[in-house]
Amino acid sequence: MSSLIEKSLTEIHSLLIAGEVTAVEAVKACLDQIEKTEPEIKALLAKDGENALKLAAEMDKLGPDASKPLWGVPVVIKDVLATKGITTTCGSKILENFVPFYDATSVAKLKEAGAIIIAKANMDEFAMGSTTENSAYQTTCNPHDLSRVPGGSSGGSGATIAAGQCFAALGTDTGGSIRLPASFCGCVGVKPTYGRVSRYGMIAYGSSLDQIGPMTRTVEDSARVLNVIAGHDKRDSTSVDCEVPNYIEALAERTDLSGLTIGLPEEYWGEGLSEEVSEACKNAIKKAEELGAKTVPVKLSMTEYAIATYYIIAMAEASSNLSRFDGIRYGHRSKDADELIDLYTKSRTEGFGDEVQRRIIIGTYVLSAGYYDAYYCKAAQIRRLMRNDFEKAFESCDLIAGPACPTTAFPVGELTADPLQMYLMDIFTISLNLVGMPGMSLPVGIGKDTNMPVGLQLMAPAFGETTMLQAANVLEKSLPDFSKPQQI
Amino acid sequence: MVQFETVIGLEVHAQLKTNTKIFCGCSTQFGKEPNENVCEVCSGMPGVLPVLNEKVMEYAAKMGLATNCIINKKSIFARKNYFYPDLPKGYQISQFELPICEHGHLNISYEDKSGEPCKKRIGVTRIHMEEDAGKNIHSVAENASFVDLNRTGVPLIEIVSEPDMRNAEEAVAYLKSLRSILLYLDICDGNLEEGSFRCDVNISVRPFGQEEFGTRAELKNINSFRNVHKAIHYEVARQIDLIEDGEKIIQETRLYDADKGTTHSMRGKADAHDYRYFPDPDLVPLVIADEWLAEWQAAQPELPAERKVRFEEDFKISEDDADFLTAEKDIADYYEAVLDSYNEPKKVANWIKGDFMKELNQSEVGLSECKFKPEMMATLVEMVDKDVISNKIGKDIFNEIFTAGLDPAKFVKDKGLEQNSDSSSLEAAVDKVLADNPNEVEAYKGGKKKLVSFFMGQVMKETKGQANPGIVSKMIQQKLS
Ligand SMILES: [Zn+2]
Repeated sequence: MSSLIEKSLTEIHSLLIAGEVTAVEAVKACLDQIEKTEPEIKALLAKDGENALKLAAEMDKLGPDASKPLWGVPVVIKDVLATKGITTTCGSKILENFVPFYDATSVAKLKEAGAIIIAKANMDEFAMGSTTENSAYQTTCNPHDLSRVPGGSSGGSGATIAAGQCFAALGTDTGGSIRLPASFCGCVGVKPTYGRVSRYGMIAYGSSLDQIGPMTRTVEDSARVLNVIAGHDKRDSTSVDCEVPNYIEALAERTDLSGLTIGLPEEYWGEGLSEEVSEACKNAIKKAEELGAKTVPVKLSMTEYAIATYYIIAMAEASSNLSRFDGIRYGHRSKDADELIDLYTKSRTEGFGDEVQRRIIIGTYVLSAGYYDAYYCKAAQIRRLMRNDFEKAFESCDLIAGPACPTTAFPVGELTADPLQMYLMDIFTISLNLVGMPGMSLPVGIGKDTNMPVGLQLMAPAFGETTMLQAANVLEKSLPDFSKPQQI
Repeated sequence: MVQFETVIGLEVHAQLKTNTKIFCGCSTQFGKEPNENVCEVCSGMPGVLPVLNEKVMEYAAKMGLATNCIINKKSIFARKNYFYPDLPKGYQISQFELPICEHGHLNISYEDKSGEPCKKRIGVTRIHMEEDAGKNIHSVAENASFVDLNRTGVPLIEIVSEPDMRNAEEAVAYLKSLRSILLYLDICDGNLEEGSFRCDVNISVRPFGQEEFGTRAELKNINSFRNVHKAIHYEVARQIDLIEDGEKIIQETRLYDADKGTTHSMRGKADAHDYRYFPDPDLVPLVIADEWLAEWQAAQPELPAERKVRFEEDFKISEDDADFLTAEKDIADYYEAVLDSYNEPKKVANWIKGDFMKELNQSEVGLSECKFKPEMMATLVEMVDKDVISNKIGKDIFNEIFTAGLDPAKFVKDKGLEQNSDSSSLEAAVDKVLADNPNEVEAYKGGKKKLVSFFMGQVMKETKGQANPGIVSKMIQQKLS
C-alpha cells in the first residue's frame, strides 16, 4: 500500500499545497489503489482516471493554489450526482449511458475548490436500498470483510473511502444513506441540515428528505468538504440562505466536551439493538462523559412511526420524481414498443429494477384519489409531530446520540428477500431526514461478534453542524483510529 | 314540454408575457426553431430543480387584484402527475390547494339575444400559476412523432370562474372582459388563435327550477369568441336532445370542430386520469410580503371599468360609446390620443366607431402597426367639423389615407377636395341644375318638397361632391320659393 493513500484528506492537502506531493502523484496513488482493490471491492462505476491525470498535470503546471481548500485532492462522487461529461447512471439501467452536460452544484463547488474527480461511486438504484445490492451494475463489498455489504445507498462512497481509493467522497442521505454505509465501513459520514447543501443536480429520490454530504476517514476531512459544498444556491429554492460557519476553524475552538449535554433517547438504546453495537456505542458515550460531557435521557416518542411515515413520503415523492424516466428524451427506450403507452410501460419495466418498481407502485398508490388523505396527509402530519418531538428533546440537550444502525454490516444476500427487515435498518436514521436536522456517523469501535465497525450517530438541531462536528472531532481522537484505509 | 337552463363555467389559460420561462432562464420568444428555447431544467433532465420566476407571481397577483380576488399570503405549488411526451418531467407544476388568488368576481355588461343591454356579476373562483406543456408534432411522411419543448415552462395563469353563466352571450362577454383586463395589465397578449388565451367551457343543462347541476361536458379546442358562441349552442342542443331522448349525459371532455361546428368526445381520455396532486417539495411555499402587494396595488393601471366611467364623465359620451371605446386598451389609447389633438369627444367617437374600425378590421394589422396616426385622425375630424371638406369627401378618402397613412390636410389640398362655399360658383351650379330639370322644378312647386334632396344630389354631382351642402340647400329653397 502506497503511503500516500494512508494520508487523511487534510494531510494530503497540506502536502499538495506545500509542493511536497504533486497533484499527479496524488491522483496516481489513488488510481493505483483502485486498480489493486477495485476487482474485489467494486465500489466504482464510471472511472475518469485519464481525464483526472490530465487535469492534475495542468494544475501542477500552474502550481499549488493555497486559496483552494481541496487543491489537487482526488475525490469520488456518488453516481446520483450529475457530473458534466462523466456517465451518471444513478445505479440504474434506465440511465445506462447518460452523460450530463451540467454539473450538480456540489460537484461544481468541489471542482472550484480544486478537487479532482476520479470516479463515480456505486449505489443502490436511485438511492433505494441499504446495501448496494439494488445497484443494476454490481454489489459493492465491504473492505472490512468482503463477504459483507458496505451499507447503502451510498455504499460505493463508503467502500471507496474505507479502501483508500480517494480522500473524500460525496454521498447522499434520504433516510440514512450516508450514515448507514459510514457506520458499516468505519468512516465518517455527515448528513447536513436539509437546505444546507444545494440539491441541484442530485437525481431526486425523496426531494423533501434528500441531502448531500461528505464521507471521509476523519471528522476534520468532512468539515473541510462541508465547508466547500455548503451554502445557498439560487438554483435550489429549498437551499437555505443563511451564513455558513467555517467548520474547520470551529474544530480548533473545542478540545474537550465540557459544558456539552448529550441526550440519549431511550427509543434508540433499547430493543432491537445488537449487543455488540450497543456495547461499542455505550463505550463511546462513556468516553464522552470522561471528556466532560453530561448525558441526559430524552424521549423521541414518535420514533415508532418513523419508518411508516418515511416510506409513505419518500415513495410518494419518488413515484413522481421518477416519472421523467420515460424513454422519450434520454435513457433507456424499449426496442419493441409500438405505441405510446407500450413505450412507457416497456421502457420503464426494462429500465427499473424490482425495488425501484416496488417503491414507484407504493408511492403511486398512496397519492391516489381516495388514499391521499389516509396516507400522504397523515404522514405529513406525523412528520410535524416528529419535528416537535425533536425540538422538545433539544431543549434539554445540545446533541443527541445513539447508534447509527441496529447491527454491524451483515453478509451479502442476507436480507434481500425480506424488504421489511431491510427497511428496519433505517430505524435510527430516518427520523432526522423527516425533521430535516443534521446527523453524522462516527466510527467508534469494532463489534466484538462480527469484528465489523460500529458507528455512533450524533444528531444536532437544524444548522447545528458546528457543535456536532466539534464533539465528533474531540471524541474521535480518544477512540480507535479509523483514519487509515483498510488493508484488503 | 320541459324548458332547460344552461349552466356555464369557464377555465381560461392565459400565457403570461414574461421574458423568461416560469422555472428556468430560457426565453419565451415565439417562433424559434424547435427546441431552441430549451435548457436542462425545462427539458426535465435528471437532478435539475425549478426556481420560480418572480414576475409570474407578480402578474398572477395583478390579475387577482383586477378581478377582485383575495391574494393568498401563502400559496403552494403542486405537482399534477401524468405521462405525455410533451411533459418532460412526467408532471406539471401547478397549484392545487392554496392557489395564489381566490374568491374574486367580474362585472360584465352585454346585449342579450334581443339586443337588450344586461349586466351581471360573475364569480372568479380562483387564479393559479402553472407551466405550459410542449408540443407534439406528428409527421405522416416520416411516420414519426417529434417533441418541441420551446413552449414547455412558458408561464400560464389559469382563471377559473364559478358556474355563473347561463347563455353564450354571458360567456363571451365574460371572456372578452377577462381578455380586456389582461391586455390592460399588459401581462398577456390575448391571442386566441395562437393560443396565448385559451378557454375551456364547462357546460351542462338542467330543467328550469332545478337546484342541482346537470352532468357537465368540458369543451376544449375553441379558438375564437365566435366559436365559443357556436360551440355552446351546439353543445346545449346536443345535451337537451340526449335528455329528451331519455339518454344520459356523460361527464367527459369534448373537442370542438371548427369546420363542422360540432363537438366530439375525447373518449374519456382526460377524465380517466388520477393526477395524484401533492405539494411540490422542490418549491418552498410562496409567501407574498405585504410590501410587494402594496407595491403592485399602487402600480395597477387604470382598468377597463374605471376607464369607461372616466370616459362617460369627462367626455360626456354615452355609456355604449364608452363601453365600446374602452373594451380594448389600444383603441382607448388611440381615442385619447386623437382627443389630445382635437378635443371633440363625441365626433371623434363616431369616426372611430365607424369608418376607423371598419378599416382597421379589414386591414388585418394590429393598431400598433397602423400607419394612420392619431394626429391624422384628429386633422380629418377637424376638417369635416369645420367644413373644410364635406362629410362625404371625408368618408370617400378615408380608405386611401388610412391605408397609406397620409396627412389628410395635404391630401385634400393636393387633390383640391376642399369644400366649395363660394356662393357665385355655387349659384351657377344651382342655376344649371334647375334649368336642366324643369319637370322636377314644376313638381316641387306643386308641393313635392322632398325633391330638394334630388336637387342637392345633382348639385353635388355637378361640383364633384365639394359643394357646401348647407349653402346649397338654402340657395335651392330661396330660388324655388
Ligand atoms: Zn429552460
